[in-house]
Amino acid sequence: MREILELLERDAQLSHDTIATMVGLTVDEVDTLIGDWERSGVIRRHKAVVNWEAVQGRDQEVTAFIDVSVAPARSVGFDDVAARISRFDEVRDCYLVSGGHDLRCTIVGRDIRAISDFVSQKLSTIDRVQSTATHFVLATHKRDGDTFAEPEPDHRLPVTP
Amino acid sequence: MKPLNDTITACPPSGIRRFFDIAAEMDDVISLGVGEPDFVTPWRIREAGIYALEHGYTTYTGNAGLAPLRRLICDDLSSRYDAHYAWDTECLITTGVSEGLDLALRVLLNPGEEVIVPEPCYVAYQPCVSFAGGTPVGVATTAEDSFAIDVAAIEAAITPRTKAILIGSPANPTGAVQPVAVLRELVRLAQRHDLYLVSDEIYDRLTYTGVHTCLGAVPGARDRTVVLGGFSKAQAMTGWRVGWMAAPRPIAELCLRVHQYTMLCAPHVSQVAAVEALTSAEGDVAEMVADYDRRRRVFVKGLREIGLECPEPSGAFYAFPSIRSSGLDSEEFAERLLKAESVAVVPGNVFGPSGEGHIRCSYATALPQLEQAVERMGRFLGSL
Repeated sequence: MREILELLERDAQLSHDTIATMVGLTVDEVDTLIGDWERSGVIRRHKAVVNWEAVQGRDQEVTAFIDVSVAPARSVGFDDVAARISRFDEVRDCYLVSGGHDLRCTIVGRDIRAISDFVSQKLSTIDRVQSTATHFVLATHKRDGDTFAEPEPDHRLPVTP
Repeated sequence: MKPLNDTITACPPSGIRRFFDIAAEMDDVISLGVGEPDFVTPWRIREAGIYALEHGYTTYTGNAGLAPLRRLICDDLSSRYDAHYAWDTECLITTGVSEGLDLALRVLLNPGEEVIVPEPCYVAYQPCVSFAGGTPVGVATTAEDSFAIDVAAIEAAITPRTKAILIGSPANPTGAVQPVAVLRELVRLAQRHDLYLVSDEIYDRLTYTGVHTCLGAVPGARDRTVVLGGFSKAQAMTGWRVGWMAAPRPIAELCLRVHQYTMLCAPHVSQVAAVEALTSAEGDVAEMVADYDRRRRVFVKGLREIGLECPEPSGAFYAFPSIRSSGLDSEEFAERLLKAESVAVVPGNVFGPSGEGHIRCSYATALPQLEQAVERMGRFLGSL
């Protein structure tokens, strides 16, 4: 039931009752499916997509994308370095990518200094990390499928044929 | 001053107008009265429209419409429904199904000829017949029959003046999809009595319990049938005003003749966007249809839980529940519901006399609003 996972990915707060009606299953069946997915790790977490830029009175954290070049090692390739980088809480995402670099990471820190310290002291000093390139995020327009611009009002007339 | 046109003067304004006027003055209205998608046109289609504007596609096109668009439409009809039309002689791009309907009726009818229209039906069908010089003859369908066309009742309504039968499936306002067996019977009837058929298939992609049947593909129908379709519903392109007609050559040629003098062509930008809609927006359409289906299930269940009998709507995006249990007539129900609970619905009787006792509720509205609306309707029913 891929459809249920897609629905939850879009809105984790949908009730199991509503999901059951939507996809034509009983509530018990939906409970069982979702429970199984939670136990087996198909569903990792249910979480909210937050537009932090819209939160008043909060110090803005800084996000950066770091491209990392790594010398691969026999039998593990890049995996050991990727795992090591991923263990840091500052690292939100870590991908092995094609192109000029090997790993692309998303790092969140309280300010630019925190991120540059992290890169120079933690990331760059890992064995076989050869170089890094840091791209600071200046503004977020869309994340995880959510556009953060003001939604357009409904332009439809209230009653039409 | 001399009196204005008798036919148009005699035609009453749409019953929907009154509810629009009341709802437009109120705040916090949840409207289930909207006959168009709540999705905006998928971005890839809008982007193609913007590209067309940037590159100066601001001219007339050929009268019949862009060749690539007509090719795509005919290919789609052929692969999807096994309905075969020659793109260059049997397909015409119109400014929505509305214009296609007007063209078809003007070309088919001589003054005084009758068109049988199963009702409840879209509000424009009967006036368009009158404007084309014909006489509309309504034939009732009922909730008990899931609003299936009663072919025997249609046969009983045939007179020597009957020229055509006009149907819409999937239907506004009932959400009914005509069963294939009924369509076959209808075609045989048309053959027996030598009648034309006009088939409004604007909701063809919005079916939830089976695949749509194009009337033009039903054996024996092709040479006497005008099929009308467009991009307003499935591709959420109502405001672009672009649709199409597929019809046998003699009819298509005369429709083109009227169209070339009255409309010239459908908007160029909209035609370019429609090409994009047919070449790359299939995924968007599938997603929207799946979303309508989910809302349909939740909404219909909700209506039934508050005690309204609701025939299963298997197409379009309307539910057409019975409100007879309330003891009110359709107009009274809709007006009091709007004033008491700020939920706008359309009274069933505006779609024809057999719509009395029902209301049309569009579920082309976000799910939280639908759930709110059901709650308010439940409270309203409890207060009666």
